[in-house]
Amino acid sequence: MIVAAAKVAGPAIDWAGASPLVAVFGGALVVLLLGLAPARALREKAVPALSILTLVLAIVFSVWQWGEREDLIAGALRLDELTLILTIIFCVAGIAAVLLSWRHVAPREAAHGEYHALLLTSIAGMIVLVAAQNLVSVFLGLELLSIPLYVLCATEMRRASSLESGLKYLVVGSVGSATLLYGLAFLYGATGSTDFGTIAAALTGSGDLVSDPLLLTGIALTIVGLSFKASVAPFHQWTPDVYEGAPTPVTAFMAVATKAAAFGVMLRLFDIALIDASVDWAPPLAILAAITIVVGNVGALGQSSLKRLLAYSSVAQAGYMLAGVVVASRLGLQATIFYIAVYLVMNLAAFAVIVARERETPWGDDIASLNGIGSTRPLLAWPMTIAMLALAGFPATAGFIGKFYLIDAAVAGDYAWLAVFIVVGSMISLAYYLKVIAAIWMTPTMDAAFPGPAIGGGEQPLLAGGSDEATGLRAQGEVVAVAVVFGALTLALGVIPTPLFDVVRDAGAALGLF
Amino acid sequence: MTLHLSIMLWLPLAFGILGLLAPPKVAGRLALVGTLLVLAYAITYLVDFDSSMAGLQHITDETWIGELGISYKLGVDGLNLFLVLLTALLWFSCTLWANFTDWEKPRLFYFHLALAQTAVLGALLAQDLALFVVFFDLMLVPFFFLTGIWGGAGRVQATIKFVIYTLVGSLLMLTAAIATGVLAAKGHGSLSFAFSDLAQRTLGESSQQWIFLFFAAAFLVKMPAFPLHGWMPDGYRAMPLPVLAVFSGVLSKVAAYGFLRVCLPLFPDAVAQYQPLLLLIALASILYGSAMAFTTTETRLILGYSSVAQLGFITLGIFALNAQGAQGAILQAFNHGLVVAPAFFIVALLAARSGGSEDIRDMGGLAMRAPALAALFLVVTFATLAMPGSSNFVGEFYILLGVFQEQAVIAIVASAGVVLAAFYALRLYITTMHNRTGPGVESREMELRDGLVLVPLVLAILAIALYPQFALKRSEPTVTSIVPVAHGVASGWTVYGPGSTEHGP
Repeated sequence: MIVAAAKVAGPAIDWAGASPLVAVFGGALVVLLLGLAPARALREKAVPALSILTLVLAIVFSVWQWGEREDLIAGALRLDELTLILTIIFCVAGIAAVLLSWRHVAPREAAHGEYHALLLTSIAGMIVLVAAQNLVSVFLGLELLSIPLYVLCATEMRRASSLESGLKYLVVGSVGSATLLYGLAFLYGATGSTDFGTIAAALTGSGDLVSDPLLLTGIALTIVGLSFKASVAPFHQWTPDVYEGAPTPVTAFMAVATKAAAFGVMLRLFDIALIDASVDWAPPLAILAAITIVVGNVGALGQSSLKRLLAYSSVAQAGYMLAGVVVASRLGLQATIFYIAVYLVMNLAAFAVIVARERETPWGDDIASLNGIGSTRPLLAWPMTIAMLALAGFPATAGFIGKFYLIDAAVAGDYAWLAVFIVVGSMISLAYYLKVIAAIWMTPTMDAAFPGPAIGGGEQPLLAGGSDEATGLRAQGEVVAVAVVFGALTLALGVIPTPLFDVVRDAGAALGLF
Repeated sequence: MTLHLSIMLWLPLAFGILGLLAPPKVAGRLALVGTLLVLAYAITYLVDFDSSMAGLQHITDETWIGELGISYKLGVDGLNLFLVLLTALLWFSCTLWANFTDWEKPRLFYFHLALAQTAVLGALLAQDLALFVVFFDLMLVPFFFLTGIWGGAGRVQATIKFVIYTLVGSLLMLTAAIATGVLAAKGHGSLSFAFSDLAQRTLGESSQQWIFLFFAAAFLVKMPAFPLHGWMPDGYRAMPLPVLAVFSGVLSKVAAYGFLRVCLPLFPDAVAQYQPLLLLIALASILYGSAMAFTTTETRLILGYSSVAQLGFITLGIFALNAQGAQGAILQAFNHGLVVAPAFFIVALLAARSGGSEDIRDMGGLAMRAPALAALFLVVTFATLAMPGSSNFVGEFYILLGVFQEQAVIAIVASAGVVLAAFYALRLYITTMHNRTGPGVESREMELRDGLVLVPLVLAILAIALYPQFALKRSEPTVTSIVPVAHGVASGWTVYGPGSTEHGP
């Protein structure tokens, strides 16, 4: 690392190692230009198709590079399995977002080229962020991911709440970025370097540095800055408003990808660069995790908007994942990565169903839009049910294994009390997740007359609605496909989690922790 | 002869999925075939069971999630053999019963019913703590839907209340289970949740205590035991009757079984320390359940509260911490399941004859033109009140004998429960079958198909009444191998029990 940093003049760039990043950047440029094409078909069909192609290419490159561990671009970025698995996660989230926004109003209003180019740039920023092993590239990555998202939130230009969402996110996000930048400056001041390797070495070298006020201030401000991005309480207040106002495909993307990126950088910054200062950051992070779990779950209780509900749920889930960061062990790191992957799958299934129902019903993202779809739209009802059960942590779903792994890591890392918080949070969360499932299966559809519940077990319940065969398929095959694919994945990973465990173990080993 | 337990475990689910794909009309028949096969399988195990062996038989042991030390390990022994048989029998009867009704969305209904059977069998057969927790929690999911979609008035609130109540317990148990595995692995190398490994890695006393309490909370809610039964009345009111019959007949037993399988062998110190507390909870359940069963007028709740009382007896037997108590508990768990399921079926028959009302004030005189039904009901009633000559009598006798050796006072108070059982069981019988004929009552004999459900269950009650030794002999070796673990420790804690220094084997 240090040797690479010394070669200041014209650092050698391993293009193969950087290929996923290059693919996404290149794709963003091509898509932007293609969006200027006069033919409408080219803009509306070729641009999304090309975006998906770009992301698939990036995934292919990541798989190709699997097993490579090296520094890229003079030590600014690190290529290892952690970077690669998170890259794949971002790309999968990106593909889902493109599919969900294909016939959505947002890209039409903001122009297809710009919309998709912004999405791809944001993904590129995420890749830079999680690969960063230098304070400067951390900030670069964070801004590169954030600024396109501010714009994306406001792409439904004729809807006031979308604009409000974008503005709110811009203001709060900027405060977060500024705090983080301040914190990074302090870290540099305390350790004398922006390079993660050198910072870790400085902390190992001297015992006094751990209690240095400069370092403590730096760590505190960094935690606050990153907490804004990861929507960790009490820095989460923007989340429900922004999630609710933003176009739903963008919300879906933000919910999974931004969170994954924020936790990716936390893992690398805290569990690697600052690992020897864990006495400084682990206790406060543990308290933040506990607060986040409680605040998120309690906040979700009264919500009737599905997007707000999932926003609070995402706050709670951030608390769970933070527990994995806190224990500062390889087990904790692997559990966090595992949960990020699981979280992606569960949430994409849920958001796809919300998008579908927003288009099918006049009730937008209200829970009422799901009423009775167990009878009328089984292909949407099942993925949503599975996603909710998984988020609540029921067995035979990926969510259960993810939580199991996190609790395992927490108990093994002597944070049993945090494990209890995870469990208590899950208990509270049942109340709102089950409400959604009850709407799907146990509430009649809104437009049908409700003949009243049956009395006595022998009689059949009088559920209104159509037959199991949906009354004619609506024109959104891609949205239903996203819901079904991710719903099925949630179930499959709950029964056969071993492949994901293998991948996650590689990522843990790559960091050479302990 | 190798009999793969996996086949029996997954058969119901396979038929349930098959039913989802089949035309709605045959879904019920398919589910019935599935339960019949499981029953045949269970009987084969019973025949093939080596009653002299204490350890597990027909073991399946594969790694499921190596990273977390979770194995897919199944086996039968004296503890779960009869509960597996009970599950198979009750599911068959209740699926047959469910076939009499045209359910809305039948494919989904039978799928959930089948999934429930797989989950229950999994919880009973699992020989790995994590696997046990997985199936134990999974049991909730189908019952959540079965109650919420096909239930009666207030079903959505009731089902959410029920799931939250029980899952609060289950989640505590999840933490406790993980902690057990992780803490036990410290100093012993690799993480493993298999019961056989955990039994050899004893936990420190302070860890045992909180872990035991978490497990106890889960099991006591599921039973339900006295202070934690809040979900029971609403849940019982809302559940469709065939579902309620298997729920009340089997699920509560899984909780009792959990104490025997998990707590006694793995946390002997904590079990010994909390023995008085658990005995008192059991006693309170017996008295409270009996009193409520005697005063309520809803037939479902009479049976519900009588279950609370019966589960109190079972818990009492388990925490007597000696072989008699535990054997009585196992026998009584089987007996109670066998009794309560036909009782719910009879409730359905009675309600159909009294204008749909399930309140005993609207019934009366139902025996007039239904001598066969009355006779069968009488057998069930006598078994419920533990008439001498019934297997329930043997079970309760063993339980009281076990407790008497441990805590004589509690045994004496608990015997009042036996008397109270006679009160509420006879009250139910007399006010419905005899007395003045109610205004909306139309007495008529049961149909042939009703007999198909009822007669096999009553025959099973009579069979076990004639020869309870059949069950006791098969559970004895396992029980004697498990109880001494906890009991040896209990004797050391003389502080906690007068007269606990000397006992029989």
